[in-house]
Amino acid sequence: MEINTLPISASTRGKLISTGYTSLSSLSSISPSRLAQDLRIQESEAVEILKVASVNCGVGNSDGTRAIVAGAQTAWDMLHEEEFARRITTSCEEFDQILGGGISLKEVTEFGGVPGIGKTQMGIQLAVNVQIPVDYGGLGGKAIYIDTEGSFMVERALQIAEACVEDLLDNGPARKDFRASQPNLSAKNLLRDIFYFRVCSYTEQIALVNYLEKFISEHKEVKAIIVDSVTFHFRQDFQDMALRTRLLSNMALKLMQLAKKFNLAVVLMNQVTTKYCDGSFRLTLALGDSWSHTCTNRVILYWEGNERYAYMDKSPSLPSASAPYAVTSKGIRSSASNCKRIKLMQA
Amino acid sequence: MANKFISQMNLPKSVSNVFAARNIITAKDALSLTEFELMELLDVGFPEVASAVKHISELASPPYQTVLLLLEQRYESEHLGGHLPTCLRGLDEALCGGIPFGALTELVGPAGIGKTQFCLKLSLLASLPARYGGLNGHVIYIDVESKFTSKRLLEIGACSFPEIFQMDGMAKEMAGRILVLRPVSLSQLTESLEQVKVAMLKNQVKLLVIDSMAALISGSLAEFSRIPVIVTNQVRSQSRVATCQYSFQEKDKTVGDPERFNSHLVAALGNNWAHAVTIRLVLEASSGQRFIKIAKSPISPALAFPFIITSAGILLQDNDGIEVMGPQLNSISCAGNGDFIDFNNQKLQ
Repeated sequence: MEINTLPISASTRGKLISTGYTSLSSLSSISPSRLAQDLRIQESEAVEILKVASVNCGVGNSDGTRAIVAGAQTAWDMLHEEEFARRITTSCEEFDQILGGGISLKEVTEFGGVPGIGKTQMGIQLAVNVQIPVDYGGLGGKAIYIDTEGSFMVERALQIAEACVEDLLDNGPARKDFRASQPNLSAKNLLRDIFYFRVCSYTEQIALVNYLEKFISEHKEVKAIIVDSVTFHFRQDFQDMALRTRLLSNMALKLMQLAKKFNLAVVLMNQVTTKYCDGSFRLTLALGDSWSHTCTNRVILYWEGNERYAYMDKSPSLPSASAPYAVTSKGIRSSASNCKRIKLMQA
Repeated sequence: MANKFISQMNLPKSVSNVFAARNIITAKDALSLTEFELMELLDVGFPEVASAVKHISELASPPYQTVLLLLEQRYESEHLGGHLPTCLRGLDEALCGGIPFGALTELVGPAGIGKTQFCLKLSLLASLPARYGGLNGHVIYIDVESKFTSKRLLEIGACSFPEIFQMDGMAKEMAGRILVLRPVSLSQLTESLEQVKVAMLKNQVKLLVIDSMAALISGSLAEFSRIPVIVTNQVRSQSRVATCQYSFQEKDKTVGDPERFNSHLVAALGNNWAHAVTIRLVLEASSGQRFIKIAKSPISPALAFPFIITSAGILLQDNDGIEVMGPQLNSISCAGNGDFIDFNNQKLQ
């Protein structure tokens, strides 16, 4: 391992290299006073450098009982964990199926689609559904809703929350005493537990993502972060596309870390753009190809005839599949129940 | 908050001096770089940079509100629950009470379909006294295409609210509340939007209408002052139908329908803009009938309402609405528009 990989300042690194310490192994068996002498720095600074170097030496002292490398997990353990992981339902059975049972925790899921397809609806629905109590098969968590477009409507959130409570009371365990023991289940409480952030510039968006770690460690119940949409500010006023890509991937990395660390779901909404390929223009999600690698799951929402469909575009564990869904006055629902509608006939 | 000064963030003196020395003055400057770029530029170690970035982020990130609080605020502090009624009953019901405050609402439609008529009516409604269901405020009307006519405005007023407009001096008062701006170039438009921002702080401006242009700044204006903002958008014909398909969808499904191809119109500003508006209302004509269609709205289902234009402005013929599905939502049809205009002129005179 090279010195270059150490997280130390450029001038210190320069000093190390110019005095001949180019690899980590050359630092492993040296005393702080010797290093201080060689680099002509304070002994305390030398101690800091050696501390950083020994941490980054990596392999070192693991217990050797379960994992060979510290921090690693065997695939068997992971399988076990995945089996018990609960998921956030979308309230549409077919949709849940192609997602493998719902939005999974610890992962970043991206939704994309044309304007008006129901991305914001999906966001609000998930913010409500993550709060379904454990007794009803939900997660009983809280949600963070980051609104970059200003399209969040409280009236709509109220409608969806009311419908959700109604459905739960209808379909849930019907015993009276059980219901009585759920005094907290009301639309108001559902709305109270959605933390709404309004972001007005890309700087604020980055700042907020950086700050979320602290916020969530103060609000441990948060089980879902919804960003609607991740794209908006990054599509305006950007000249330097390389900078944009760097900032975006940095942000995605932080969101991924949050998802893993706090065991929560991250849902990002993306917009669409057109792309020229194979001699014709095609719709594709915005932010480019390098962004498309950053999300674990990618779902595209689209129109097929007169129905809304969701297509699983990318997932490490699930097959590509599509399923119909509907946006109703109650929120996202299965599309089977509303086939008896009158359709506008076009001339 | 993005332009907060780092020097005022109570960072340790040594750290904030390093930032200042490298000309990183605001939170925006600092957060536009990744942590490693900052390390390189500031010549300090990773822990220092990480803690500084954390601190800057915390101060620069916006505050949160719970949705419940938001809801209560809306009902308590805002007139009519935060909606401007359009007086078209079906549309009002679908939009939970009318055009929402603090959001950008877009009207799209072919020429002559009635976008300006709709804007005129909304301007009147916003200027009416509260006891007549208005917002009792000033209206700023940015008229890019020089289509605003006071005569028509007063005609609509006199026909829809005769009781008010027959009162002495009321017509003058109402019309006096509507300020019309006529920018001729894009830079002028941007300039007038800046002026509007100032005017909003000073006066009781309750509605902003931009006919027919679109500048992104209006989106943030809507929220900043919590008033409804209406923009109108023109249409252009679409060259390729295939653009509304993803690569995984089958290729030859919608192509090869020449009849539809002919009358295929799309909104003039593209996809990027469409994502930016909160509500999109499409005005269109099909088989001799005009429809107003909710093409995109986070609060209401996709419905279409047939309407006519009379001397009192836009009137809905049916308040129940027809469900619209599929890609029709964003398509704008103008079939039979030619003979339709004649029919309309007869009706008007």
